Amino acid sequence: MRKKFASKTWLSTVALWGSAALLVALLPIAFRSGFMLTLLSEIGIMVIFALSYNMLLGQTGLLSFGHAVYFGLGGFITMHALNFVNDGVLPLPLELLPVVGGLGGLIFGIVFGYVSTRRAGTPFALISLGIGELIAASSLMLPSFFGGEQGISGDRMAEITLTPFGFGQKIEVYYLIAFWMLASAGLMYLLTQTPLGRVANAVRDNPERASFVGYNAHIVRTIQCSLAAFFAGIAGGLFAISYEIVTSEIVGAIPSGNVLMMTYIGGTGFFFGPILGAILITLMELMLAHVTHAWVLYYGLMFIAMILWVPGGMASLIMMHKPLIKGRVMGGVLKAYAVMAGPVIILFMGCMSLIEILYHLSLSIKPEDPMSLFGIEFYVQSLAPWVISLALTIGGFLLFLKNRQVVSRAWQSAANQIKQKESAS
Amino acid sequence: MKGNDMVEYIVFSLLNGLLYGMLLFMLSSGLTLIFSMMGVLNFAHASFYMLGAYFAFQISAWVGFWPALIVAPLLIGVLGALVERFGLRTVHKYGHVAELLFTVGLAFLIEEAVILIWGRNAMDYRVPELLDVPLLTLWATDFSMYRGFMLLVAVCMFVALFLVLTRTRIGLIIQAALTHPQGVSTLGHNVPAVFMLVFGGGCALAGMAGVIGGNYFLTDPGMARMLGPIVFVVVVVGGMGSLTGAFVASLLLGTIQTFAVGLEVSLTDLFALFGASPDFESGILKDLFRIQISHTGPILPYVFMVLMLIFRPKGLMGTRET
Repeated sequence: MRKKFASKTWLSTVALWGSAALLVALLPIAFRSGFMLTLLSEIGIMVIFALSYNMLLGQTGLLSFGHAVYFGLGGFITMHALNFVNDGVLPLPLELLPVVGGLGGLIFGIVFGYVSTRRAGTPFALISLGIGELIAASSLMLPSFFGGEQGISGDRMAEITLTPFGFGQKIEVYYLIAFWMLASAGLMYLLTQTPLGRVANAVRDNPERASFVGYNAHIVRTIQCSLAAFFAGIAGGLFAISYEIVTSEIVGAIPSGNVLMMTYIGGTGFFFGPILGAILITLMELMLAHVTHAWVLYYGLMFIAMILWVPGGMASLIMMHKPLIKGRVMGGVLKAYAVMAGPVIILFMGCMSLIEILYHLSLSIKPEDPMSLFGIEFYVQSLAPWVISLALTIGGFLLFLKNRQVVSRAWQSAANQIKQKESAS
Repeated sequence: MKGNDMVEYIVFSLLNGLLYGMLLFMLSSGLTLIFSMMGVLNFAHASFYMLGAYFAFQISAWVGFWPALIVAPLLIGVLGALVERFGLRTVHKYGHVAELLFTVGLAFLIEEAVILIWGRNAMDYRVPELLDVPLLTLWATDFSMYRGFMLLVAVCMFVALFLVLTRTRIGLIIQAALTHPQGVSTLGHNVPAVFMLVFGGGCALAGMAGVIGGNYFLTDPGMARMLGPIVFVVVVVGGMGSLTGAFVASLLLGTIQTFAVGLEVSLTDLFALFGASPDFESGILKDLFRIQISHTGPILPYVFMVLMLIFRPKGLMGTRET
């Protein structure tokens, strides 16, 4: 009986990964434009990066403020390797170059990981911050490796390739990234199933007990750090190939903070959490950055909201509903959500208009010019937009408070229904 | 450098280092108190410094510098206490990582909010005219009255902090909570209230540093990001739970960084002193030999911090490990 059950979950896992691969392969058919391909490629790179970050934060409990170091170094090493290939020094097909970046990341990961993981928690966070700042600051001092202000660039249309691809077109690069994304994600998933992955969880939850059982917490953390650095290096290598230029900014504090925030927003408790976060944040970044100055603020607000109210991230929000779907009692909860949607949308619209008006005042070249929001054009100097957005915000908030009980009551009754069904069977 | 220049360089570097160090101490004293009591490394601490500068700019634009000197730090203190009460205390139940992340997110938000309200450009926040005169002129360089005033404020603050911590009842509780937080709450003191007070007080000190530092340096949305990591370095190097350590580390880092800025010596020069002249055509070694000490200023603190955390996690004068 038990064996049959195990093989069933195995089958469903394979089916899940297979359909993911199929989706990734078919996506370019639906989205052919150059912008969409760039977007999809960027998402692929960020998915690897965020998953590798979660090997530290989610699986080993290590909060790193310098993960972009490995991403960036992987990128620089790949770029140098690419230039060597083009000079005829290094006979390596382009498809394998990301692995070179990964190996570079791995070496730095072993060194930095070993010195920084004796203790987890705040000391590790601080050392990773220090190493991140060190590498970022020295990137401007060592121009022969980092290329100084203008960075280093290369030509990805290499002569040696394994596939018939020439990598002159975006779609070919997309498939390269897609392949490495699936391979890396698959490997990282398998790693969570190995004894190492389990021990890493043990070390995260209780390092003292893990070492009583006989595992060296320091070594386990070092291994996790090195492997995370390896995958971050692969992501960096793909970045270098995709953009054909690497500047010293990608080892800095901003990408390090970015990967931390996207991983946390996605959710660190489930394997697919960081994937969700990477997709959502990259979409937001590339779509919203053109539309509004305020997207960084929305991003920060989302992060704070997750920390305050949903510490498990979006993945936990989704997984919360799994028992309800299984027990077939989603109906009531969905109805409650529909009731709540109104106030939430009103509240969001109010807050967004306030924020956009303020940004228009502080950042646009001529605040006297009219601004347009939700398709309505208006002057921020007049009173009406302020009154309307304030009214929307306050009204939405009051309605939200009034209806808050609806959702919790629906959840309560759904839980009761499940209990009744269980006792009935 | 000739003899006279050398003396001038050393005297002024020492004075500026002292000034910068005192400013760092105004930030790090609050941070180290918060860190050792609550175990929360407040990433938003330098953001309160930035807010202090912006508030002071705004208030001095309305009513003048002297009211701003009092009002801005008080406002920042209240804001800090509110953040502790309604933000940190909410996430406390999720553990230290969540608290740390909360302050990271807060720092991010404060920077964006500052851009939202005041824009991306640097503010025209100036030293008051009364103090914008030279205090003394040594050799050919002026030491302005404002720098003297900054030193005075920093010293007054240091004395006040010292008196509060050693001579008052609340100070004794804080001191006890620094080393034995559990013990203090077992004795029946309202530790959450003390936390709120210390958090607010620490933020007010950071705000004060912003008020007097903002017009001396630059008031722009990048100022928190510039100074933030350096304050961590001070706390780590000084040692957890040690105000004296933070004081020594602040002065040390301030002086080292100020001295490094003026030294245009590289490894090549050092080798030349011994008659050797290594000549590298290219590669990283060439870069390494070319770097002048004046350019290493930004990385020195981090080298310090990483080495300290690896080899002496207690810090210079700490009583507990970080």
